[in-house]
Amino acid sequence: MFVGIIVALIVTSAGWPAVKEAFFNRQVFDESWREIAHAFLLNIRIFLIAEVFILIFALFIAILRGLPGPVFFPIRALAVIYTDLFRGVPTILVIYILGFGAPALQLSGVPVSPLFWGIAALVLVYSAYVAEVYRAGIESVHSSQEAAARSLGLSRLKTLRFVIVPQAVRRVIPPLLNDFIGLTKDTALVALIGPVEAFRQSQIDVAATFNYTPYVCTAILFILLTIPLARLTDWLIARQRKRQLAGGAR
Amino acid sequence: MSENGTALRLEEIRKSFGENEVLKGVDLDVAEHEVVCLIGASGSGKSTLLRCVNLLEKVDAGRILLHGEEITRRDVDVNRVRRGIGIVFQAYNLFPHMSVLGNVTLAPQKVLQKPKAEAEAEAVALLERFGLADKRDEYPDRLSGGQQQRVAIVRALAMRPELMLLDEVTSALDPELVAEVLSVIRELAAGGMTMLIATHEMGFARDIASRVCFLDDGLILEQGLPHEILTNPKQPRTQQFLERIIEAGRL
Repeated sequence: MFVGIIVALIVTSAGWPAVKEAFFNRQVFDESWREIAHAFLLNIRIFLIAEVFILIFALFIAILRGLPGPVFFPIRALAVIYTDLFRGVPTILVIYILGFGAPALQLSGVPVSPLFWGIAALVLVYSAYVAEVYRAGIESVHSSQEAAARSLGLSRLKTLRFVIVPQAVRRVIPPLLNDFIGLTKDTALVALIGPVEAFRQSQIDVAATFNYTPYVCTAILFILLTIPLARLTDWLIARQRKRQLAGGAR
Repeated sequence: MSENGTALRLEEIRKSFGENEVLKGVDLDVAEHEVVCLIGASGSGKSTLLRCVNLLEKVDAGRILLHGEEITRRDVDVNRVRRGIGIVFQAYNLFPHMSVLGNVTLAPQKVLQKPKAEAEAEAVALLERFGLADKRDEYPDRLSGGQQQRVAIVRALAMRPELMLLDEVTSALDPELVAEVLSVIRELAAGGMTMLIATHEMGFARDIASRVCFLDDGLILEQGLPHEILTNPKQPRTQQFLERIIEAGRL
């Protein structure tokens, strides 16, 4: 109903024919979508590579931050500084600083590819967020679980690996996915230091045709990527719940 | 391996949480194959005492000797010590993300490095012994409280401990489920397992214990044979405690 009113307002507005022509031009769409979709493969690549490193690195940070006792205070402090720093600085600045700064150092053995540094920047920024998500999950597992595992003779590390972390990760899948979706969109920021991904490609097409339809096309591609991700998570959570509560069989 | 058959010896155990001194110098000997029941009001220090024995809590003062070895020394390998001591908790503390079989085989595989097949075969044998064979693939949340607690006992037994610590293992159970757990403990006692049991089930303590210790305000106030302590306590505090228990219909 509400949506219907909004749509009606838009399509009856005075400027609608011009907007329709500029953003929803069928001909421009048909001509540009292949190129943009091809460039979008780079977004997916950036996303997948970054995600793997984020999931591992963030867990590492979260575990460092949870180390007990005064001995590990310096390590805990480092982990806190790291998360504060990279959650505080806008992603786009981190991408600029690393993308232009790191290659300019001209150190031998240090990659100069902007794509490399773009991904590195995303990993650093998103790991700070994901580490906090992991930490929340780890802290939500009751201390009695640790007591039970330790009482069986499992070391602290094995307790984390087999008892605490598996439960923690299951609990934080929804917020993790939230960050995944944010990451898919922020892959577009890597364009700012050079690599031609979908957003950059659509900018090029817009510049060539003086028509904004390629932007809409890019938006559709991002939506097509994120919706299946969301449904996949829903399915994973439902399956997990069913296995633990409803049905016994694996 | 032990001096005159002593499985466990506690000497002057003290433990405080902040300002609150929970254990005020507990002395206790448990002989091999002995079943010692700790009774006492909530907050008298029973659970803390068991957790200290399992090194889940660090004692502030005093020594704990397991088969003659001092396990409260700073350089002792706590993981090795805990292998020989099984503990079962009031709230079961099963791992909810693992099946029953997973719960029981985790420590034998990851701590004792047993091959999966061997660990599973042993686990299945134990589960069969305690009437849980058909539950091996269930997840803990699908089981009744009594079944969960029996699985927790099996999980501790899978490490073949020489000493079992039971911390109010029936307190979280519905009354009709208590019996199935107690019968498992009876079977363990009959098999000669050395046990230190914190319990509110006085009738059970009377039946199963070789010795009953009354813990009051962080000290063992009185100990002796079950019928002595439970029917003829000498200390006024013990009499008071038991009167309250009888009023509540627990004896």
